[in-house]
Amino acid sequence: MTVSAADRYTRHVMGGIERAQAAAPSSLAVLLRDITKTFPGVLANDRVAFEVRPGEVHALLGENGAGKTTLMNILYGLYRPDSGQIFVRGESVLIRSPRDSIALGIGMVHQHFKLIPPHTVAENVALGLKGTPFWNPARVVERGLRELSERYGLPVDPATRVWDLAAGEQQRVEILKALYRGAQILVLDEPTSVLTPQETAELFKVLARMKAEGQAVVLITHKLAEVMEAADRVTVMRRGRVVGTVRTQETSKAELARMMVGREVVFRLTKGACAPGEEALLVDDLWVRNDRRLPAVRGVSLKVCQAEILGIAGVAGNGQRELVETLTGLRKADRGRVEIGGRGVTNASARTLASAGVAHVPEDRLRMGIVPGMSVADNLILRRHHRPPFSRGPLLQAGKIREVVGQAIEGYGIVTPTPHAPAKLLSGGNIQKLILARELSEGPTLIIAAHPTYGLDVGSTEQVRRFLLRCRDEGGGVLLVSEDLEEIMELADQIAVMFRGEIMGTVAAGEADLEEIGLMMAGEARRAPQP
Amino acid sequence: MKRFGPFVFERRLAPSRTTVIGVSVAAVALALLVSALIFWGYGVNPWKAYVAIAQETLGSRHGLMEIIRRAIPLILCGVGLALAFRARFWNIGAEGQVLAGAVAASGIALFSGILAPWLLPAMFGGGFLAGALWGAVPALLRVRFAVNEVISTLMMNYIMIYIVEWLIHGPWKGATMRGFAYSDFFPDAAKLALIPGTRVHWPTLVVGVAAAVVVAALLARTRLGYEIRVVGQSTDAARYAGISFFKVMVWTMLLSGGLAALAGVGEVAGIHYRLRSPTHISLGYGYTSIIVAWLARGSPLAVILTALLFGLIFAAGDTVRVVLQMPFQIVSVLNGLILFFLIGSELLMQWRVRIAAKGERWTGRAGSSGS
Repeated sequence: MTVSAADRYTRHVMGGIERAQAAAPSSLAVLLRDITKTFPGVLANDRVAFEVRPGEVHALLGENGAGKTTLMNILYGLYRPDSGQIFVRGESVLIRSPRDSIALGIGMVHQHFKLIPPHTVAENVALGLKGTPFWNPARVVERGLRELSERYGLPVDPATRVWDLAAGEQQRVEILKALYRGAQILVLDEPTSVLTPQETAELFKVLARMKAEGQAVVLITHKLAEVMEAADRVTVMRRGRVVGTVRTQETSKAELARMMVGREVVFRLTKGACAPGEEALLVDDLWVRNDRRLPAVRGVSLKVCQAEILGIAGVAGNGQRELVETLTGLRKADRGRVEIGGRGVTNASARTLASAGVAHVPEDRLRMGIVPGMSVADNLILRRHHRPPFSRGPLLQAGKIREVVGQAIEGYGIVTPTPHAPAKLLSGGNIQKLILARELSEGPTLIIAAHPTYGLDVGSTEQVRRFLLRCRDEGGGVLLVSEDLEEIMELADQIAVMFRGEIMGTVAAGEADLEEIGLMMAGEARRAPQP
Repeated sequence: MKRFGPFVFERRLAPSRTTVIGVSVAAVALALLVSALIFWGYGVNPWKAYVAIAQETLGSRHGLMEIIRRAIPLILCGVGLALAFRARFWNIGAEGQVLAGAVAASGIALFSGILAPWLLPAMFGGGFLAGALWGAVPALLRVRFAVNEVISTLMMNYIMIYIVEWLIHGPWKGATMRGFAYSDFFPDAAKLALIPGTRVHWPTLVVGVAAAVVVAALLARTRLGYEIRVVGQSTDAARYAGISFFKVMVWTMLLSGGLAALAGVGEVAGIHYRLRSPTHISLGYGYTSIIVAWLARGSPLAVILTALLFGLIFAAGDTVRVVLQMPFQIVSVLNGLILFFLIGSELLMQWRVRIAAKGERWTGRAGSSGS
């Protein structure tokens, strides 16, 4: 077999890269070659090459949307690749469904657990297993389960009901489920996102034991510290492509951060600090809990001036969502103070904030930003339908609404057959333009935009960014939350990095050093500015 | 796209109006086809049975008027339920709300002492209020304590049924009814006008049609209607837009319960002229109107049409009993079958089914090519 383009692609890349031996594929647990997968409008995987050896923990690192999970879903049989080859233990295989991949000894622990809460641990493991008896199928798995728990140090009582288990314990059940089905190759998708630091340490011990048993482990993650701690090798992906594969011993967090984020960044001029009284948003010592009642935003203070974009960089799940929800009235803060345009609005309702000129471009645009079954016109008045000119007293003003809707569709270039078509028929980019048209057209004081270009194609991304810049130039303050560092570097005047609910540091875009931002994203506090 | 056997299912994003109407008509037709088996099992030629029903109901003035009489309560309940369903509040409690209206109207007719021109308006007003409050209780329970409204509205039906039973056996038992469980007859001022020669209490019909028009306008043209539609389609978007669930749910159920209660007022003031056993007052209109509202797909104006269809089925029940000597309960069977096929056909609204082309797989393109 000749060396394929994909292999060359993997081996090419940056310094400190391992020269993969031209190993016969049979020494590899899994080899993916030239995998390409497109979704409508998105190239999720572009000629991706990836390999794992037995007895190895191999991390798959990248930002959200880099294509990590898509790649592993292809290996697990949830998606089929458009092209490319999969080898398992040297054999070329065709994986049509998870059933095929389980038969090949591949197990996957998804980010969101797929367990039945009212059932016991043993029942969950027995579910879907072949060869279990009709009555009480869980009985036969219990002994094997205890054996596996001991061997891998995964203590779980098979008779406990899943709803009584903490997240870390549920994850153990998922791992046991895969091991019980004979998994030799285990894929863990963002396994630490739901774990406490102690649970994470436990998990890494389990991974070490699996490695010692000769199993191959793929760890999907976007956290640099975990890669350095738990993995032997790491493959970095960005925008659907593999940037490179390196040994963790031969690399550093800084290098990984650079690979993850990319290097081509346009620097922009710094803006001067704003005078007091000109702040669009002022947040002082804000504390907010998440849905599990744990502190998610811990003492955040920040300031967005008029005509300024403050970018909040950071890996998702570090409190950004809770921060955005608090600033838009969807979540109550425990403590702290919020001022918008000089008015105290701490814990004001969503409607009060909407009326106070806060535009909100939500993270989950399909579920929150639009009502999919309602028309484009109806969606264009959402969040402002209750006030003039859209309604007067109890009545909607049909004539005025028609006029505004026409202007919005034209001004923001929303492609829709008619204003009465259901919004769900629009493409992702047009849905986002609809939301921006609604939120930005009245010259808001403050724009809170969460991941505004996530999942959009290149053209729509450009347009969305231009709309945000235009708003800034017209005097609005913009709080831009994004995982895409390139986007933040391109748009923001100031960059704040959030980690575990705290702001690690704020830097002016002109002075931003990518490496430093990468380190702050990984939890290193900002170095003292050099003289 | 999914493939099952020789069929391919493709997701429809937005079913067209033609699809919705076509699928709904097909569901009703299938229900009639299956009930033909029941006629056949009774030794009645199903074709002749349907012809007899058509003649007795659609073929005469009397029959047509009976259809309308039965459709009146279904329109009022159906419009109320359509509104609740648009807010995605599963109100199964129209039956109890109908009875609440009947109780309030009876109380006002018998004991208020209000005089002629104002007595009927007072009965409709009081009835609406009683149903509105009865309907608002489950809404409050849902918003404040997250109590499932399917259970609470259903249970409240039983509470109201027993309240009516208690009233007619106890405090409101009529002195002139010789020990039977009825209230006394209403004074004449509390009786609704009829279309001469029929049992159609036309003022209630006017109220029902007006309610359909008003609710349609409410949904399309008002802030509250807009908020009801948003809440019904996406709770996340409603939260995002700062819409108050409390306000929307309580208003929706005040209106929904009140409209159903108007049906109860019409039944006691237009047909029975007294409070009597719950099964006689309602005949299950509150439950049947669930199907009426469902078949109308939440459109208040379409409710008028679907209510007439179910009015026809109720009227057919009389034909079945009198002409074909079969039990009246066949009406419930038909209602059940229609609901069964309607819910079954929901799938066809969301998915287009066609026969797979030869060699077609379950995803568009073929997978990896072996080396």
